Amino acid sequence: MSAVDDYEMVVGLEVHVQLLTRTKAFCSCSASYGAAPNVNTCPVCLALPGALPVLNEEAVRLAVIASHALSCTVNEISIFARKNYFYPDLPKGYQISQFDRPLAEKGKLDIGTNADGTPITVRITRVHMEEDAGKSIHDRYPGATAIDLNRSGVPLIEIVSEPDMRSAREAGAYLRALKQVIEYTGVSDANMEEGSLRVDANVSARKRGETRLGTKTEVKNLNSFSGVERALEIEFARQVELIERGGEVTQQTMLWDANKGEVRPARSKEASHDYRYFPEPDLPPLQLSLDWIRRMCEDLPELPAAKRLRFANEYRLTPVEIEVLTANPPLAEYFESIVQAGADPKSAANWVIRDVRQLLNAGADLRTLKVTPEALAQLLGMVRDDTVSHAAATKIFAIASETGAMPQDIARTEGLLQERNEDALAGWVDQVLAENPDVTARFRAGDRKLLGVLVGLVMKASKGRADPKAVNQLLSARADAGE
Amino acid sequence: MSTSAVGAVRDAFERMAAVDAGPTGLNCILWTDEAHALAEAKAVDAGRAPGVLAGVPFVAKDNIATTHLQTTCGSRILEGYVSPYEATVITRLRDAGAVLVGKTNCDEFAMGSSNEFSAWGPVLNPVDRTRVPGGSSGGSAASVAAGIVRIALGSETGGSVRQPASYCGIVGVKPTYGRVSRFGLVAFASSLDQVGVFGATVSDAARSLEVIAGRDVRDATSADCPVEPYHAAATSDLAGVVIGRPREYFPSSLDARMARRCDAALELLRSRGAEVRDVSLPHTDLAIPVYYIIAPAEASSNLARFDGVRYGPRAQADSLREMYEETRTRGFGPEVTRRILLGTYVLSAGYYDAYYKKAQEVRTLIARDFHEVFDSGVHLLFTPTTPTPAFEFGAKSDPYEMYLNDIFTATANLAGVPAISVPIGDIDGLPIGGQLIARHFDEQTMFRGAFALEAARSEAA
Amino acid sequence: MPIGPDDVRHVATLARLSVSESQLPELVAQLNGILAHMDALALVKTTGVIGTEGVGDSAMPLRMDIGPPIPLVHALDVFAPEVRDGFLLVPRLATHESTGDDESLE
Repeated sequence: MSAVDDYEMVVGLEVHVQLLTRTKAFCSCSASYGAAPNVNTCPVCLALPGALPVLNEEAVRLAVIASHALSCTVNEISIFARKNYFYPDLPKGYQISQFDRPLAEKGKLDIGTNADGTPITVRITRVHMEEDAGKSIHDRYPGATAIDLNRSGVPLIEIVSEPDMRSAREAGAYLRALKQVIEYTGVSDANMEEGSLRVDANVSARKRGETRLGTKTEVKNLNSFSGVERALEIEFARQVELIERGGEVTQQTMLWDANKGEVRPARSKEASHDYRYFPEPDLPPLQLSLDWIRRMCEDLPELPAAKRLRFANEYRLTPVEIEVLTANPPLAEYFESIVQAGADPKSAANWVIRDVRQLLNAGADLRTLKVTPEALAQLLGMVRDDTVSHAAATKIFAIASETGAMPQDIARTEGLLQERNEDALAGWVDQVLAENPDVTARFRAGDRKLLGVLVGLVMKASKGRADPKAVNQLLSARADAGE
Repeated sequence: MSTSAVGAVRDAFERMAAVDAGPTGLNCILWTDEAHALAEAKAVDAGRAPGVLAGVPFVAKDNIATTHLQTTCGSRILEGYVSPYEATVITRLRDAGAVLVGKTNCDEFAMGSSNEFSAWGPVLNPVDRTRVPGGSSGGSAASVAAGIVRIALGSETGGSVRQPASYCGIVGVKPTYGRVSRFGLVAFASSLDQVGVFGATVSDAARSLEVIAGRDVRDATSADCPVEPYHAAATSDLAGVVIGRPREYFPSSLDARMARRCDAALELLRSRGAEVRDVSLPHTDLAIPVYYIIAPAEASSNLARFDGVRYGPRAQADSLREMYEETRTRGFGPEVTRRILLGTYVLSAGYYDAYYKKAQEVRTLIARDFHEVFDSGVHLLFTPTTPTPAFEFGAKSDPYEMYLNDIFTATANLAGVPAISVPIGDIDGLPIGGQLIARHFDEQTMFRGAFALEAARSEAA
Repeated sequence: MPIGPDDVRHVATLARLSVSESQLPELVAQLNGILAHMDALALVKTTGVIGTEGVGDSAMPLRMDIGPPIPLVHALDVFAPEVRDGFLLVPRLATHESTGDDESLE
């Protein structure tokens, strides 16, 4: 047993999420990405002398929705504060954030279930509003750093968890659950690759059984969920090794280098972490009426946990099926539309999980998918009624996904409808019986195990068009009749 | 005086030349563009902005953003900087027909009480050129006192309009916090700053405040509170008005002549029908310590944006750190540097509670004093504006001694209440002012008192 | 509690001001002179007193989530010290090697 196994990892996460507003948090500049450098700037976000911030009401609304979705208590009064430090992409020399009295506090997020079925819950310490900084580009010009302030002042929320996670896997599960909740509320794209979701991790190690927290380090520059997990494992191992050798963990900021797969200390002077927070005098306290706060709560869309529960009750699906179907709101909505159009939930689930997701994985977009829920429901109805075989249905689906045609039309034009006409069926049966005298003789002598072989031969003779059930019945009837 | 805008603007420039308003003389006006001002005046004469101040020339303190003239805040760190946007107060005055004829000298970033801390040299007091004009809006006060303009914009943080108004023998107003937009006023201490006005008379001040007051969507601290016609307060006498005389503003150490002038002024107010009562504002003596914690603290943060990255002159350096330090160290003068260090210190880890937090709590007590006295049926308070008349250059070399100049004015900034300084006479030929303080947003009663005092003095003369 | 030379050096670093060793004694003395007057505050009883968070009791007015922004009548490259291809330039700051001097946004 290695030393690492004697220790327990303790993780708390700080997640920044960019809110989907049209304009910035404190000025009317566009908050969109992709503009030429410094085009989306104005006196306020350039921090020109004399300019003042005015808070965007939509940013408040989205932040409150996210807070509700994380079961936080939203404060009627919250206060903005200045976090003071110098950095060239921070134009005012301070970031407007919240400190003593954040927007919302004391929430929780379920990230999975224990072996005994009880939920694994991570407590949310707080959700507060703040503004983003600009962007520093270090490798564009020799000897110079280039500053683009288009992002300066874009609204963010910071979601701070309690140190409730005990493994890198739990941290990963928390992030996925958090991303899912945020996506459900629609307040953010929550895309880590594009920077609309950013993660800093506080991690410490302690001997198993110990209740006190060890000294933590803060790991930054985490750029993917898998990166978070890897960085945590590596930093945890570093701390354990250090402690085992009799050393002490120093509270410091560590940087994750995804390319080298290593975590190293950010060189920082003792002076650099005195942010001198104080209440932002340019912004009076943010006052929200209880009534308004409650209304925001009522407007909340159905969240993942509630949806999962409902899917289990209404559709009788397995946990795995539910997990897949509720991964994101559009997929869940697609599934439910199929059911609403009259399809059986179980088969709808199967088709979405297998066939639809295959299309999505190949790069299709649910919003522009050529197979509409109504079309899929029609196809499932045809399978249920034995109008088409399963094999034919797969073929029809493939065609529909290319052309957008309705399954019934495809089946007709492609000749994929199952044949049930007695005369046609009798013709194929007669043909097979005549062509296979040995088998026919043994079958008629009572070897009923040969039924399957004969059905198969009839299907082959009909090029798959015969309805296997009807063939089955016909052959059985012939045998019984002793023909 | 000419009646056309062009004529009035020409007169102003002639007067600037006559009194030598530039660096070789009073040094009250830093930046002008006569041709541009005349063009604006011509437009006004042609019917643009036929407002209540049509054709009235004005000057503005150098910490108020203007798009044509420089806005340097009296500091090298903004040398040559022309703002790409205009302060709300400037826009409102221009929309009312007033014409900007110059930007005025001031203590660097409005930090000072004598105008000796301008990077562009001190302003001389037009009444006595061996004396300071007061600060920090000394250039604006001197411009009005020298007869260049009748109205001027200044800014107040702890007395920077009222104190120079008093020293220069004119009228100076600090409105209620939130009464006037701060958008475009370069911040010194955001929770105390307020644009103020100077007038040759109470009426000049009332008319200009009327124009600039009122809610501005670009300033979240500007109040949505109706603006009354302040100039109309001139018609009233003071029957039914109760004026408090706070004993803390008349300590035994106060210059006896100052006390006598104040008593005479109070007598005039009484003669107009006011009732005068002795009152107490017990936390007054804590105003200066509170002020000199909160103001530098906010300033240390507000002045962080002057980093050489986006505007202003930049010191050449190989590393970013050096660039920051060189730019800022060369750009800021000694008083600003002192206050940034002080403000950084009182906010830093381990000291916040003892200094900044404590000061904000005591500030609440100071504000409560005012609430209580106004709730007791008092409408106005009368005090001296300053302890003494204008002093000589170099007279106050100790920083704290200089800070004590604000002793009677800083309280109104801390409490957010409006106050006006009106001339009440002189001591040895040097003007002094009396201060009327009113309840939040009750500028109307404040002007009523000021008009009455001004009228009574001119009748008595 | 008096402020010492190390405190002044520390706050100067935080404020990105350089204070020369020759200036230091005078600054220390001046700041101590000022701070000595602040001690009066420690004697004031403020239990239960809520600090003034901005002046006035009004709630914060919010703005609608719409443009346009306040325009700049002079372009960035007119007033900025160094602009290239629309970027503001500053002396090079090495990336992860030296967040030493400064911190990036947290």
